[in-house]
Amino acid sequence: MTYIVKPKLHHPSLGCNAAGFTRRDYEGAVSTLCAGCGHDSISAAIIQACWELDIQPHRVAKLSGIGCSSKTPTYFLSASHGFNTVHGRMPSVLTGANLANKELLYLGVSGDGDSASIGIGQFVHAIRRGVNMVYIVENNGVYGLTKGQFSATADLGSKSKKGVTNTDNPLDMVGMALQLGASFVARGFSGDKSQLVPLIKAAIKHKGAAFIDVISPCVAFNNHPGSTKSYDYVREHNEAANRLDFIDGREEITVDYAEGELIDVTQHDGNVIRLRKLAGSYSPHDRVAAMNYLHERSAKGEVVTGLLYVDEDSHDLHGHMNTVSAPLNRLGAKELSPGTVALAKINAALR
Amino acid sequence: MKPTDIRKPDYFHKVVDCQWACPAHTPVPEYIRLIAAGRHDDAYLINWKSNVFPGILGRTCDRPCEPACRRGRVEENNGEKPEPVAICRLKRVCADNKDSDAIRARMPKPAAKKNGKRIACVGAGPASLTVARDLAPLGYHVTVFEADAKGGGFMRTQVPRFRLPEEVIDEEVGYILDLGVEFRGNTRIDSMKDLLAQNFDAIFVGSGAPRGRDLEIPGRREAAANIHIGLDWLASVYFEHIKKIGRRVIVLGGGNTAMDCCRSSRRLGGEDVKVIVRSGFEEMKASPWEKEDAQHEGIPILNYLVPKSFVHENGKLTGMTFEKVRAEHDAKGRRKLVPTGEPDAFFECDDVLIAVGQENAFPWIERDAGIDFGEWDMPVVDKVTMQSSNRQVFFGGDAAFGPKNIIWAVAHGHDAAVSIDKWLSGEDIHERPEPGVSLISQKMGIHEWSYDNDISNDVRYVVPWRDKAQTLKSIKTEVELGFDATSAFAEAQRCLNCDVQTVFSKDVCIECDACVDICPMDCITFTNNGDEAELRAHLSAPAMNLAQALYVSDSLKTGRVMVKDEDVCLHCGLCAERCPTGAWDMRKFFLEMTHAGPGCHKHAKKEAA
Repeated sequence: MTYIVKPKLHHPSLGCNAAGFTRRDYEGAVSTLCAGCGHDSISAAIIQACWELDIQPHRVAKLSGIGCSSKTPTYFLSASHGFNTVHGRMPSVLTGANLANKELLYLGVSGDGDSASIGIGQFVHAIRRGVNMVYIVENNGVYGLTKGQFSATADLGSKSKKGVTNTDNPLDMVGMALQLGASFVARGFSGDKSQLVPLIKAAIKHKGAAFIDVISPCVAFNNHPGSTKSYDYVREHNEAANRLDFIDGREEITVDYAEGELIDVTQHDGNVIRLRKLAGSYSPHDRVAAMNYLHERSAKGEVVTGLLYVDEDSHDLHGHMNTVSAPLNRLGAKELSPGTVALAKINAALR
Repeated sequence: MKPTDIRKPDYFHKVVDCQWACPAHTPVPEYIRLIAAGRHDDAYLINWKSNVFPGILGRTCDRPCEPACRRGRVEENNGEKPEPVAICRLKRVCADNKDSDAIRARMPKPAAKKNGKRIACVGAGPASLTVARDLAPLGYHVTVFEADAKGGGFMRTQVPRFRLPEEVIDEEVGYILDLGVEFRGNTRIDSMKDLLAQNFDAIFVGSGAPRGRDLEIPGRREAAANIHIGLDWLASVYFEHIKKIGRRVIVLGGGNTAMDCCRSSRRLGGEDVKVIVRSGFEEMKASPWEKEDAQHEGIPILNYLVPKSFVHENGKLTGMTFEKVRAEHDAKGRRKLVPTGEPDAFFECDDVLIAVGQENAFPWIERDAGIDFGEWDMPVVDKVTMQSSNRQVFFGGDAAFGPKNIIWAVAHGHDAAVSIDKWLSGEDIHERPEPGVSLISQKMGIHEWSYDNDISNDVRYVVPWRDKAQTLKSIKTEVELGFDATSAFAEAQRCLNCDVQTVFSKDVCIECDACVDICPMDCITFTNNGDEAELRAHLSAPAMNLAQALYVSDSLKTGRVMVKDEDVCLHCGLCAERCPTGAWDMRKFFLEMTHAGPGCHKHAKKEAA
């Protein structure tokens, strides 16, 4: 953490986006996490993605639970709505908020402790229902706030800072999200913003449950030799399935790719995710193949990153429930109360 | 790009823009911090060591440091008007608030033992006095010859008292003369050959550029009684030979002397005083703040008027006519003044002050004294050593390369003193001494630094002025009051501490991006290496100020390099605070020029090695 407030002064060339904000306007308070925490890089990636997408900060709701990762919404989008829920209960609160007002952008930020242990049941059902949200798990495999015990996502055989070997099997949140029907599943690495920022942008523009597992090294307790979530380990074992650009129709970002097949994924409102395939036969459209691929690679000790699965024709909870087009919180007594005549009719039908 | 070699003193020196821009390379941020800490004596002595006249310069310096100040760039697009730190006026704060007795006690003492070598300085202006100050404590017998009764030169006789009180000159000239310097006032040197015959071991010429340029146009001779050369007129005002001027005054010229002339006129009875310049207002040589000061006193500045004639009746000046011109630029971009064709302008006046430039004049140097004269009848002087073709004779200040300013004169004086000291020790004077440099970590704790890294958002503070009604009454009443303690502290806090350098150690970097994410100015990028133009275009924020360096590391673990654009770094230290491994550290770079003395000698270098 740091004691001074980040200076207000910014680079003279810093420009405004179409919403009239500079990138600095999307920042929050200065982080109180440990220096070098991967979570801070994820916050910076969220700031960058929201700025690039011209998002109106007051149309965003950021929700989190408890833990290092769940503290981070304080450090970005200070002009957005925020909700720090009870430990592990972010998915339920988010689902409720989404049902009440479907017009906001829901950003669920959680960690491996909050989502994979105490909140696993919550996580499972929010994904299963297809709540329209971006669900980011800042995954460091360790309980940082309580000084470095293994979390549920710690790999079997990985070593703690004190040298203890983990004997429990890890919980694979990407695998679970795929199995539970998430329509957008990705994995990123906090140390690679060029991959993470487009992933977050694509997820924001995705309609339905978008899940991103971001490996985020804990510099204080899980960045040593023997850890499988350290900067060095992830860099050495990172197997990117694809590289992507997110194109929202406004301007095309051209990146010089050496070679590789390009796949354009068009999402519901016309935005395009342009993927360059890195792993030969990998297709992000095939849920079963994605699961197989992940298992194969994981068995070889590799960490697969990139956009792993996307359903171009996705639906969300409101679609499933066939709710009215107006957000529920905007319905007045007129729309909600059918009147005494209708009530009498219903009552009569039940007699 | 190749990794930056931060061991070369120039690299970090350039980052300290103010110090780099200062001809005498005064360690500006260091003394500003001391002022903020209320340590005025220490701040004064740092100044005194490098620029010799802190009190005088704190009021009159041409301040090349301020246009260079990083604060001016940092505030661009961040508020109303970007402004540098008021470096010059902060300098005055330490001079005004120091304890003079304590300062005197800390000054060098006259040499206990003379070394038997005699040096003559011609003129007692800032250049000569600097030579005297540097050499006298080393044991040289320095004799300063001055045509006037007191030392100070232009600073005393031409700079008006409402800008620079005489006590300040007396005090700071006194510090030097107290070092055992022999001062010979009322002694004009009118023959170089005679001086050479007196067997001095070295002669330093710091006689300035004393001649004001005249304007030979019709009516000049006829109306001469009311037409004055600005420089001479200012001196006459100082000596109180002139105590008043006509009600309507025209000042010709756009330099700082013109500004001093018009403001002095306002105080000597001139009610309708105007400055008239040939070219555009923007092109005037006067410092912007001096133009503002004149305008503040109700003096209009009229431009694009070329003097045509002095109009007189019965031998008495009645006014001046001017041709109206406009600026045109030819294909090569050179500016030309072209008549507009409009009728000439006529302005009534009682007196005219001509301040259209000053010239060097060496009628007293015989052309067969072994000193070569070159273009424009100027002595041929080596730009580094200040030596003339007569190897015994050195030049400095305005006498060397034409009119400049006090701080350049001081810098020349230091250089000449080094040359004289080395030359008289039988050394090669072209081998210049390296500056003294240190680079020390400022880390005191996890988030604690020995400097205040919290960046002030304040805009530049204005120095308070005495009431105009009062200042226009007397030519001796100083206009500026100087910062009070509160505003001095607040202004000092605007300094970005550019001397506290961001130092990167690539071996411990884990490329976590923490520094990139926290940097408020987007200075830091981790990227694949490339040539400079390529890198400048692809950083987090484009690095388009080519005058500012890129700090490039060697290859990191991922094969990328760290690139930092020095341009608008706030030196806030957040990169170092957020760095988990200490790859970034904030280290204070202190550079002091090596002046004459043991440090500039060859053996000193060998010992250090």
